[in-house]
Amino acid sequence: MKFGVVVFPGSNCDDDAVYALQHNLGQEVVKLWHKDHDLQGCDLIVLPGGFSYGDYLRSGAISRFSPIMNEVIQHAKRGGYVLGICNGFQILCEAELTPGVLLRNNGQKFICRNVHLKAETNNSLLTSGLDLDRAFKIPIAHAEGRYFTDADSLKRLNDNDQVLFRYCDENGTITDAANPNGSLDNIAGICNEGRNVFGMMPHPERAADCALGNTDGKLILEQVLNVLV
Amino acid sequence: MSSTEVLDGNALPTVETARKLGVLPEEFDRIKEILGRDPNFTELSIFSVMWSEHCSYKNSIVWLKTLPRDSERMLAKAGEENAGLVDIGDGLACSFKIESHNHPSALEPYQGAATGVGGINRDIFTMGARPIAQLNSLRFGNPNLPKTKWLVKGVVKGIGDYGNAFGIPTVGGELFFDESYNTNPLVNAFSAGIVEAGKVAKATSYGVGNPVFIVGSATGKDGIHGATFASEDITDKSNEKLPAVQVGDPFMEKLLLEATLEVIATGHVIGIQDMGAAGIICSTSEMSAKGEHGMIIDLDKVPTRQQNMHGWEILLSESQERMLVVVDKGQEDVIKGIFDKWDLHCVQIGEVIAAGANDTGRLYFYQHGQLIADVPAHDLVLGGGAPQYHREYREPAYYQEFKKFSIDSVQDVAGNEVSAVAKHLLSHPNICSRRWVAEQYDSMVGTATRTTNEPSDAAVVRIRDAARPDYEKSLAMTVDCNSRYVNADPFIGAQIAVSEAARNLTCAGAEPLAVTNNLNFGNPYVPEVYWQFVQAVKGMGKACEKFGTPVTGGNVSFYNQSSDDGPVFPTPTIGMIGLVEKPELQTPLAFQAEGDLIYLVGTPKNDIASSEYLYSYRGVKQSPAPAFDLDEEYSLQQAVRQLITSGVIASVHDLSDGGLFVALAESAMFRKLGFDITTDEGFRKDAYLFGEAQSRVLVSVKANKQQQFEQLLGGLNTAFRQLGTVTSEGFVVDGQTLIGTAAAKDLYDNSLANILEGTPEVVR
Amino acid sequence: MEFIADINIMPMKEILDPQGKAVKLGLHNLGIDQVADVRIGKHITLRLEAADAAEAEGKVKTACEKLLANLIMEEFTFEVRPA
Repeated sequence: MKFGVVVFPGSNCDDDAVYALQHNLGQEVVKLWHKDHDLQGCDLIVLPGGFSYGDYLRSGAISRFSPIMNEVIQHAKRGGYVLGICNGFQILCEAELTPGVLLRNNGQKFICRNVHLKAETNNSLLTSGLDLDRAFKIPIAHAEGRYFTDADSLKRLNDNDQVLFRYCDENGTITDAANPNGSLDNIAGICNEGRNVFGMMPHPERAADCALGNTDGKLILEQVLNVLV
Repeated sequence: MSSTEVLDGNALPTVETARKLGVLPEEFDRIKEILGRDPNFTELSIFSVMWSEHCSYKNSIVWLKTLPRDSERMLAKAGEENAGLVDIGDGLACSFKIESHNHPSALEPYQGAATGVGGINRDIFTMGARPIAQLNSLRFGNPNLPKTKWLVKGVVKGIGDYGNAFGIPTVGGELFFDESYNTNPLVNAFSAGIVEAGKVAKATSYGVGNPVFIVGSATGKDGIHGATFASEDITDKSNEKLPAVQVGDPFMEKLLLEATLEVIATGHVIGIQDMGAAGIICSTSEMSAKGEHGMIIDLDKVPTRQQNMHGWEILLSESQERMLVVVDKGQEDVIKGIFDKWDLHCVQIGEVIAAGANDTGRLYFYQHGQLIADVPAHDLVLGGGAPQYHREYREPAYYQEFKKFSIDSVQDVAGNEVSAVAKHLLSHPNICSRRWVAEQYDSMVGTATRTTNEPSDAAVVRIRDAARPDYEKSLAMTVDCNSRYVNADPFIGAQIAVSEAARNLTCAGAEPLAVTNNLNFGNPYVPEVYWQFVQAVKGMGKACEKFGTPVTGGNVSFYNQSSDDGPVFPTPTIGMIGLVEKPELQTPLAFQAEGDLIYLVGTPKNDIASSEYLYSYRGVKQSPAPAFDLDEEYSLQQAVRQLITSGVIASVHDLSDGGLFVALAESAMFRKLGFDITTDEGFRKDAYLFGEAQSRVLVSVKANKQQQFEQLLGGLNTAFRQLGTVTSEGFVVDGQTLIGTAAAKDLYDNSLANILEGTPEVVR
Repeated sequence: MEFIADINIMPMKEILDPQGKAVKLGLHNLGIDQVADVRIGKHITLRLEAADAAEAEGKVKTACEKLLANLIMEEFTFEVRPA
């Protein structure tokens, strides 16, 4: 399986994603420059975290028009896998590869801390083998992570089983207090209707190395290998 | 062209103009002597910024030179490069530095703090080092004042927005409140980076005909005379000096980081320097003086944001995110290609020329085809012609007054008061959790922070090397200074600051390596203030000598003083780095499990001087520095290192602000545990629990290691006493429950948010 | 009577506007390279009670100076009209 991590100007979790996939998961990874037009035969494209184009105007709004994004959109439309993490999720929403939008946190501040997530379904590659009763400890680091979409779209997300992760407490209970940013229905991650494009605000690549004392993120990332390899 | 033909379009300035630019009459005479004629306004402006305190350290350098500057690990000593450089083995070096942005942050906290973060990181990556972690040290006035809240929120958001977008984790720091900082907050930013020892870029310029490039942002009218501004007392009129504010662009800085490291890696860079204070003039003169060559610069080629900028404005502008780069002639296209890739300006503005017969290199600045300034580089810079002053100093009257304090004038705690003091300290803004601040910073980007899921007394960041995934070494870092101690006794207080930094690193499992200092003081022309400075430098030097941690550089910030509030507490912030050789040496500060044994290591004393308890609970503001002996401190740290390397302890946490009780509470709260301990009847209870006598640590030990632990410490001749055990719940002292764990955690975690925002944050 | 104020707050001309600069780069990458300059500010609409237009303007000006704009970096213009 070959992974491609896109580097936008202002991406800053690109190296972290490469490191986790290469060293913690032992996979082949290439970096894809935003001005390029070629995905180099990658099976799964990662849009990493960061502040692409400084997050000026709106997070992800300018990067969405980078040359490489034309290829990523085509790849997704062909059914190819795309994973957007944090800023990458914001870009996916701006590109309308995933529904909804990520608004400023309800506390109006940037938040970086460990939170807990619960996988909602096994009906997606990213969550295929995850224990649905377990709370995964994964860091968040964002100022604009409050997931929002209109009522119809939310109903479709729920009806189609497109919600992949919700924020929960350490015991796995989904509560208001466990919602760090005011996301609708505690939504932390979703997929598209085709179930091949995944977006999530938390950073699994930051919890993938035992040297850092938390490998819950590795459990999530390695799901993509179960099916494809 | 002879120097009499230097043009500026203005009448030659008078001694009065010089004074307005902050140039003393005797300095004005010296400038005339150097040039052999009267300077024009452009040239006078050049001297005014280069000879300002900010660039020349003219009022501090004679004392800074007394600090220890060498050890076998030093690759670049203080003042030699943009930042200090320490050998960490395996062909790697650590570049690190701390710098203040106090005055800009007092006026515009958000941009002031943001640009401070930008500046310190540029100092690191201009050396070819990739920054791996940042810290900051912040001091504000009374937190209940609306102005303080505005400053704290602005500074923290500024640091966060800049550092988070730049993508280097902010892994720790300090936050301290005292009324002496009401008008003058202190904002000190620290950054550390890693570079291959043989690939360090220098801040120099040589090779006749080599092109000089300006790269990064365009030059605007922002921050002009900022360097001079930084050298004046703040008065209400300062608000009118609008152009002194600069706006930071972390997105640009991130691009500049990547492009700069790529350019340095080509091997074609002769020299490179960040443009911080005093902009183009500072980097052209410092690089030229170092390389003993001259430069011809055409200011018309400098990309500008505004039209019709004066020559002196372009020279002095402090627009952010810019670099000056000198490269090998013939390699221009390689360099331009890299900056193009990152969508950055890269424009040749001049070239290197030979030194003249009678000098070591002159700078010729042209605009509109005319020579507008002709100055010798050497005479502008620190270590060259910049003035150096011995300032008068005098012991202030308060110093002896503070020493008259007697512990007998304060009643010991008894009964319920123990619990009241415990709650006071847990919720005190100087002691309670910094979570409200820390969570606004991205502390985990870079996937290297080893203290997120298991904190230690210092932040520990692994050196993540994609080429060597099994690489085991980590860098530990800390910033420390209890300025209340320094105010009470600058000589002892500065020794304590160094010792606390070394103690934090030692407890984290690191060997302390080197120091960067940020010396924040009042007006150096006030003899009592200058005495504080001199005593602090002496104390710092003594302690750095003892710990073998040379001072590699840093920053001096004077004039942190206002007409209303007087000088700030003397604040010589110590930034220290250490090396953790193996992951297993990194030691947690938190208790690990119920049933573990708790020990106090070090000698307790009947001392409450300068403690938070005495100062804010008892309201006694005048007392000397806490009990301290440098040799005792050194032995204690050696003992801690032995305990760690022999693997007999489960946790170690040093005693600092709030004394033993706060150390116990912090150790217990991380895993929501409790403790049950007894005090020693040979001491006053307040001194034993809340006193801040130095050179003590709190240790927890697994029961099966008890014998080994006690044997080891007994052999080291270090005092120790078993206090009690780790429990599942509650803070119990001498059979009395002071507070439950959950209640303690609630106070500790949320007090800062409650004070600054008035409403409790959602409790997780 | 009630008035509506339309307020525009812009970064000062002398001051760098990083947001505008990045958006300009984005527009150029999109092929809209005729765009020579972009500056981004804020638009604020507010309703307020005042005896007359002059008083309303005075209040809006105070609001801008005291809170809405940061005069160290931003400048503002506004128009007041009856609601």
